[in-house]
Amino acid sequence: MIPDPYLFIVIFIGVALVFPLIPLALAWAWRRFFQPPKPGVEKNAIYECGVESIGEAQIQFRSQYYLYAIIFLIFDVEAIFLVPFAVAFTGLPVGAFIAILVFLFLLIEGLVWAWGKGCLQWER
Amino acid sequence: MSEQIDEGLRRELQRQGVWVTSMQELYNWGRKNSIWPLQFGLACCAIEMIATAASRYDIARFGGEVFRPSPRQADLMIVAGTVTKKMAPQIVRLYNQMPDPKYVISMGACAISGGPFKEGYNVLKGIDRYIPVDVYIPGCPPRPEALLHAFMELQRKIDDQKLTGANKADHLTAAQPSEFPVPSFGKHDLEPPANPDVFHPPKIERA
Repeated sequence: MIPDPYLFIVIFIGVALVFPLIPLALAWAWRRFFQPPKPGVEKNAIYECGVESIGEAQIQFRSQYYLYAIIFLIFDVEAIFLVPFAVAFTGLPVGAFIAILVFLFLLIEGLVWAWGKGCLQWER
Repeated sequence: MSEQIDEGLRRELQRQGVWVTSMQELYNWGRKNSIWPLQFGLACCAIEMIATAASRYDIARFGGEVFRPSPRQADLMIVAGTVTKKMAPQIVRLYNQMPDPKYVISMGACAISGGPFKEGYNVLKGIDRYIPVDVYIPGCPPRPEALLHAFMELQRKIDDQKLTGANKADHLTAAQPSEFPVPSFGKHDLEPPANPDVFHPPKIERA
């Protein structure tokens, strides 16, 4: 008689359950019959680095970083355009030079605008 | 468990290939060969502790290589270095957070008594003022061999602990405390300056 092909999986699940449950049961029995539990305020504390925790964990961060990140991203992308321009500088016509100057001017104008708006002012 | 098997009979059985043991021996054998230390160092002794854990001295030969970054998983606290008064409450709190059974090795002159900084204003004069210490290692700093020796002494101590009877191990006795009061920063010193339940300095008789 050919055994059911899924029988192996059933045996496997059984072994996989019993194998970790035996040590867990032994540990439980040990704690129950031999070792008295000794809970305490310090021992049950959530933070475990020796320092007392202060205040709430659910605090809000300011969105101030967002503006900095945006401005940084613009000038980060600028570098990507400027590096190939600088590498090929000697072989470029005058028109390309003027185009990149316009590009730089627009970005600098944006920075001045952001500065004027007070985006670079760190407010607490 | 409490009554030991006769040594002669056991040796005779071993010669025949029968290994006899007791629950207590098996339990202590398992415990003493898998001591997990708490991973923290305070001063130059910590460098020696790191050397002990590294390949040349290799504390793994004694089953103590698993340095745990969390006190919840540690069995052994190696107080390796100068304990400042600023640091002492944190150390006591870490000790309190370790689960039983837990042991303490006081490594080096500073952790024993304050060492060269004993007369200073900001160094604790021995960690045994607040927590019970099992093994003391003298030295400034002690060499890795000394730490290994202390480790073996601790293993011997664990091996001798009783599971039952009147003088059974502390962690099996419900009346024995598992946590000790954390000192607070006073005006000039830690308050209290020592825990009288733990700290029993030898009385010096002066003629």
